[in-house]
Amino acid sequence: MNRTVLDLWVGFFVTIGIVAVLFLALKVGNLSSAHMSETYELQAKFDNIGGLKVRGPVKSAGVVVGRITDIRFDAATYEAVVKMTIDGRYRFPKDTFASIYTAGLLGEQFVGFDVGGEEKMLQPGDTIAKTQSAVVLEKLISQFMFSKAADGQDKK
Amino acid sequence: MLNPLGWVRKVGHVTVDRIWRLGFASRFLWVVLTQSGTSFRRLHLTLREIYFGGVLSLLIILVSGLFVGLVLGLQGYEILQRFGSTEALGTLVALSLTRELGPVLAAIFFASRAGSSITAEIGLMKATEQLKAMDMMAVNPLARVVAPRFWGGVISMPLLAALFSAMGVLGGWLIGVVFIGVDDGAYWSQMQASVDFRYDIWNGVIKSFVFGIAVSWIAVFEGYDSVPTAEGVSRAITRTVVTSALTILALDFILTSFMFRGAS
Repeated sequence: MNRTVLDLWVGFFVTIGIVAVLFLALKVGNLSSAHMSETYELQAKFDNIGGLKVRGPVKSAGVVVGRITDIRFDAATYEAVVKMTIDGRYRFPKDTFASIYTAGLLGEQFVGFDVGGEEKMLQPGDTIAKTQSAVVLEKLISQFMFSKAADGQDKK
Repeated sequence: MLNPLGWVRKVGHVTVDRIWRLGFASRFLWVVLTQSGTSFRRLHLTLREIYFGGVLSLLIILVSGLFVGLVLGLQGYEILQRFGSTEALGTLVALSLTRELGPVLAAIFFASRAGSSITAEIGLMKATEQLKAMDMMAVNPLARVVAPRFWGGVISMPLLAALFSAMGVLGGWLIGVVFIGVDDGAYWSQMQASVDFRYDIWNGVIKSFVFGIAVSWIAVFEGYDSVPTAEGVSRAITRTVVTSALTILALDFILTSFMFRGAS
């Protein structure tokens, strides 16, 4: 086969192959949007993390600002310690409230930051003091049932 | 007459035979790797193999990728609409393609399309004593014939797998968004929200690279090791396709259990 034609075809093949990888990276994957060059770490302690998973998102006002990197159990306080890397562009006040929310009714769980009004900012490595645990559906239902039952007794 | 000792001996014979062959194949791979300098110094040898292995496989890879995407889109939609979450169609199509189907199916197609022809070529060269003739002329057939084919396969495979996945995602988009009417923005944004570049796509690329090594290795080895007759070559080709497919599936299971264990 002619050498130049062969080179042309191989060049074409390699080019569209690389274009396919770029397409996967930029259009299918999150390389374009969730690229965090500079990050810092924060910690938060929760009584109950529900179904929170490593690599889950950290959101503030609905925007992804970081990722959960590690979850472990603290045997001294019987709490779950959640480590997060936060995008270096964003700083949060000291009295930020970290809560565990669920996306949709059955969706994945994530850590949400509700920002407070403090002047001082959280420094890298800090632990968020105010947290709210995941809502456990069974507890919620049982609370509702008990309160209903109590209502019923009052009326009699 | 049933001789229990004879049966045990047979098992032993088969086992020793298999291990011997595996050892031979490993030493063969090692020699091919040490003789690989030529395939990069004289790049046109490798380019020719990329043409025959990669470029000529484009059609089957692109078409089958598209159709796998179409089927995934259709079936995924059927299931997802029961739960009222058809927006997750993009996630379903993209994750199943980049993590598993893309690398595995592309590798199996590559083995049957290109691996078999590599085996046939080398086997026939052996049967017609071309390899011996090269040796006589002080041209090392491992460096001149085998190594370029091996590297051609290793280079082509990740590119083909990426093309397969990309075509599949487009196929899923075609059926989901264009024909059924899932929201276009939701399809792409849900996909981007849950497909991680390093975790999902890059691991898929690593997978296809490993499969490329496995398939090319099996193909060149079976060709080189074939019995130099018409029947021997045909058997070697069959073995290439069967062994490649089984190896790909086994490797995929092992790689998946390492890469995606404890995944969210």
